[in-house]
Amino acid sequence: MEDDGVERMTIVAWSGELDKVWPQYILATTGAAYGMEVTLFCTFWGLFTLKRPEVKVTGDNWMTKMLGTVNNERLSHLNFGGAGPKMMKSIAKRHKVAPPSELIETARELGVKLAPCQMTMDLMGLKREDLIDGIEEPLGAAAAMSNMQRSKINLFI
Amino acid sequence: MPDVTQTLDASGLACPMPVVRTRQAIDQLASGEVLEVISTDRGSLQDIPAWAQSTGNRLVEQNDGGDRFTFLIEKA
Repeated sequence: MEDDGVERMTIVAWSGELDKVWPQYILATTGAAYGMEVTLFCTFWGLFTLKRPEVKVTGDNWMTKMLGTVNNERLSHLNFGGAGPKMMKSIAKRHKVAPPSELIETARELGVKLAPCQMTMDLMGLKREDLIDGIEEPLGAAAAMSNMQRSKINLFI
Repeated sequence: MPDVTQTLDASGLACPMPVVRTRQAIDQLASGEVLEVISTDRGSLQDIPAWAQSTGNRLVEQNDGGDRFTFLIEKA
């Protein structure tokens, strides 16, 4: 493979849990600050960060309909039926930690490539117009693999 | 002490924003110009030098003021 001198990092953003979305975007923005070309391959629950907030997943069968009830901001631990994330957010605010929405905005500003997984979109009944602007064209495992092959740092979060 | 071209006040920002804002600020400077960064995030004491070293920008000076940290970075 030719070396074009560009340092790359790929993060497979799989989780949609608040305490994993944070490190996805903290590391993505930091990689960009290091001058790396960063790709966030958003798959499964990680795709929800790219969904327009006003778009409800409706789908055409009971499974995709059920996905519409997914609460994307739960915690992996200490969730307490939604009280945990509220507490975490208020603590984060007190410690001036940027909320995920702000980090996603910063990632876009820094040119982080936000790449939605086509297969997940199909699975969840999401169309390109259901996702936010300024992101990459949907891609699959092979395109993600090519990115990973060229990346110095590969993470699965 | 070198002349400071620009000051970035990153006070009140937490990880990773001091480094992200530092990158954005240094992108606006010309080679040899000096950026002063002010941070209140204790992690910056490790983060800013690590970032400077990895990106080739020269950390000219750093100051630990207890709860306020300042850095002078010369753009490569």
